[in-house]
Amino acid sequence: VSGRDQRHVRRAERAIACAFMLSALGGVGFAVVYGLGGQTQLEGTALGLAFGGLAAGLGIWARRLLPTGGYVEEHPGFGSPELASDALADRLTELDQPWRRAILVRLLGLTVGTVGVALLFPLRSLLTSGLAGPTHALRHTPWRAGGLRLVDAGGRPVRADEVTPGTVLTVYPEGHLGAGDAPAFVVRLDPARFALRPPARGVAGIVAYSLLCTHAGCPVGLYEQGTGQMFCPCHQSVFDLLAGGRPISGPAGRPLPGLPITVDSSGYLRATGDFSSPPGAGFWSRP
Amino acid sequence: MIVRRLVRVLDSRLRLSSPVRKALAKVFPDHWTFMFGEIALYSFVVLVLTGVYLALFFEASTADRVYHGAYQPLDGKSTSAAYASTVALSFDVRAGLLIRQAHHWAALIFIGAIVLHLARIFFTGAFRKPREVNWLVGVTMLTLALLNGFTGYSMPDDLLSGTGLRIAYSVVESIPLLGDWLAFLAFGGEFPADQTVPRMFVAHVFLVPALLAGLIALHMLILVRQKHSQFPAAGRGEHNVVGSRLWPSYTLRTLSLFAAVSAAMVALGGLFQINPVWIYGPYDPATVSSPAQPDWYVAWEEGALRLFPAADFHVFGHLVPSPFFPGVVLGGLTFLALYAWPFLEAWVTRERAPHQLLDRPRDHPARLGIGVAALVFYSLLVAAASDDVIARTFHLPITGLVWTFRVLVLVAPIAAGLLGYFLASALRSGSAGGFGELTRADLRRGVARRTAEREEVPEQPIRGRIEVWQEFGLVWRWRYLEPGEHLVLTCNSDYPGEQEATAAARAAYPGVSIGPGRPPPGLELPAAPVTRLPRPLTRTLLFAAWVVVVRLLRRSGAR
Repeated sequence: VSGRDQRHVRRAERAIACAFMLSALGGVGFAVVYGLGGQTQLEGTALGLAFGGLAAGLGIWARRLLPTGGYVEEHPGFGSPELASDALADRLTELDQPWRRAILVRLLGLTVGTVGVALLFPLRSLLTSGLAGPTHALRHTPWRAGGLRLVDAGGRPVRADEVTPGTVLTVYPEGHLGAGDAPAFVVRLDPARFALRPPARGVAGIVAYSLLCTHAGCPVGLYEQGTGQMFCPCHQSVFDLLAGGRPISGPAGRPLPGLPITVDSSGYLRATGDFSSPPGAGFWSRP
Repeated sequence: MIVRRLVRVLDSRLRLSSPVRKALAKVFPDHWTFMFGEIALYSFVVLVLTGVYLALFFEASTADRVYHGAYQPLDGKSTSAAYASTVALSFDVRAGLLIRQAHHWAALIFIGAIVLHLARIFFTGAFRKPREVNWLVGVTMLTLALLNGFTGYSMPDDLLSGTGLRIAYSVVESIPLLGDWLAFLAFGGEFPADQTVPRMFVAHVFLVPALLAGLIALHMLILVRQKHSQFPAAGRGEHNVVGSRLWPSYTLRTLSLFAAVSAAMVALGGLFQINPVWIYGPYDPATVSSPAQPDWYVAWEEGALRLFPAADFHVFGHLVPSPFFPGVVLGGLTFLALYAWPFLEAWVTRERAPHQLLDRPRDHPARLGIGVAALVFYSLLVAAASDDVIARTFHLPITGLVWTFRVLVLVAPIAAGLLGYFLASALRSGSAGGFGELTRADLRRGVARRTAEREEVPEQPIRGRIEVWQEFGLVWRWRYLEPGEHLVLTCNSDYPGEQEATAAARAAYPGVSIGPGRPPPGLELPAAPVTRLPRPLTRTLLFAAWVVVVRLLRRSGAR
């Protein structure tokens, strides 16, 4: 072993020792930071140092002090000779050997299959919607009850005169704030500008639509007052409120369902029925 | 000394020495691309460790809960238990935020490493016979990893992930005939259902990780059984594996990688904020944040949803909504193509022989072209998932941008695939070592020969010889030498007799001449085991300590 090699080895050993010391320091640092009350950035740095030092030390050790490559292992090939494979197959089919028992083997297969299918039945309990299935739930929303007042996110009923031009107000059926399919919005538009009539009856220039995009159910949250367009921030579908809520751009294919509304004697907005079609994303049995 | 005693204790009960010695001698090829799978493995370990910690604090329920804690804006407010407990474990559990963020970063790196590993396997043809089995296991693990990433990301019940969950629900709902039933079955009712978070929790912490752990074990068992594939080079062939031995070189190297992966994750988790759910707020079906991007590994689906045009249509009065095509059909075809690829390629190329040597990517221009096209396609979809951010940053109209992406997604993969195909053909037919050395003549030849049949890549000619020798009058070894001793490859294990050694050498290098050799220099006889007694000073100290202990015990007994 030459002197240069020895120097090389000594330098590697020093580097590894330094890395391990740093690692230990990182570990102690982490414990101290944690003990003093914790601080995410310092914890991450200390623990990163601990693992990083370990990685460096072990890496240098493997690279500088241990051989890389230089070994060969024989690879006897893939698979056994055909004779051996056949012998195994013969051994496995021994159950089937006496001819008359083939029927029993088939029956066994049938039994196992039946029990397997039977065991799948409890999965049906995961359907919590009851025997009616999803169709009813998807087609109807709490607005169906009729006569429900429109309330804002705080549960406060909305008066017709609060809906000023240029504002979009998200509304919910009174008493059903958490319902996922019920959110709607009201907006005041000049009926003279309508290219197409809204799908549901408005009142005094106020129209109400489902808030859920007909593409994938995101709330269509962004309103452009001048053009009367609603924009969905998820997949950039644009709906034209002046043309009956029709999609004019993006991946949505169906118009926003309208909500029929009226004003009661106290000036509050009320829905007279359900949306003009099921809200949100499409599904197979949607009319 | 301790090691020797321990080995004897275990060996006399379990008879371990022979299998363990064989395992420690296993040869691993030395190539940096073989690390991706290991990075995925170690990411999984980090994910399990950090995940168990998080599960101790997370409450998988959408029941109302009032948050009281260090995060002032939420203090005293009522949200779902899942959201409140996520905020609490981020702000009120010491080191909780570090662990949570490390867990999230680990998930991103886990799937990234899997995808890189898959690309390496694909471009080098490592999936060919007999390794199709492990390819199938690997693709299954990728789907499970995607599923677990998405459920984990969605569990905190925050606004951003809740919106993503609603999109996923809508995609399931779009499946013809069964969609609404499947959506109700999986999510537990009409969205948002109370059952969704607990179900995702069971899948995320129990079902899918258990499946993944089982499949990882299977993946590695098959790997050990089939042994590693390797790139062609001098001394490497279809009948051997050349590289470093598991112990000690490879063990230290891989442990170093484990530590490095852990270091990267805790450093990212400590220093780089990820998924700050307290900024997004709790989920509310009537609110949405803008811009909204999912984690990178589901972004290809999101991009496809953004680009696919409105294409609702009716079949016998029933609706097929447009998310069905980008959401279900694209995803289904993607994984179908991945599962089928090894069999498809074998069928088209009529190549059914087992392979131990890997292709260089250029050796198979058609495969390279298809792989490049796929990578470009999915990368563009990932980019399209951020089209709103791109539009906002560069002040571009969103409609024009969507149309640009639509054209690019169809044209760019084909262009890139063809380019890859021709460059690979040029590299293969010429003498250039890399893209930088390609000459015009190479390119012309590559284009001209594009219809030529794929030639067999000649195996490296074996010019060396083999020496067999006896070591210490005990065991036999052999080694392979190339002329001038530029390459010396020593057998990884030892053999009880000359015959066994010769047989192994012949199996590794068929047709190579075998002759007797001398033990290579530098070998030293192992020193006879010496029972080392503690040094006098240690002995004295131990004795003193014993005396003290005995006296103390006596005194306490006297009282």
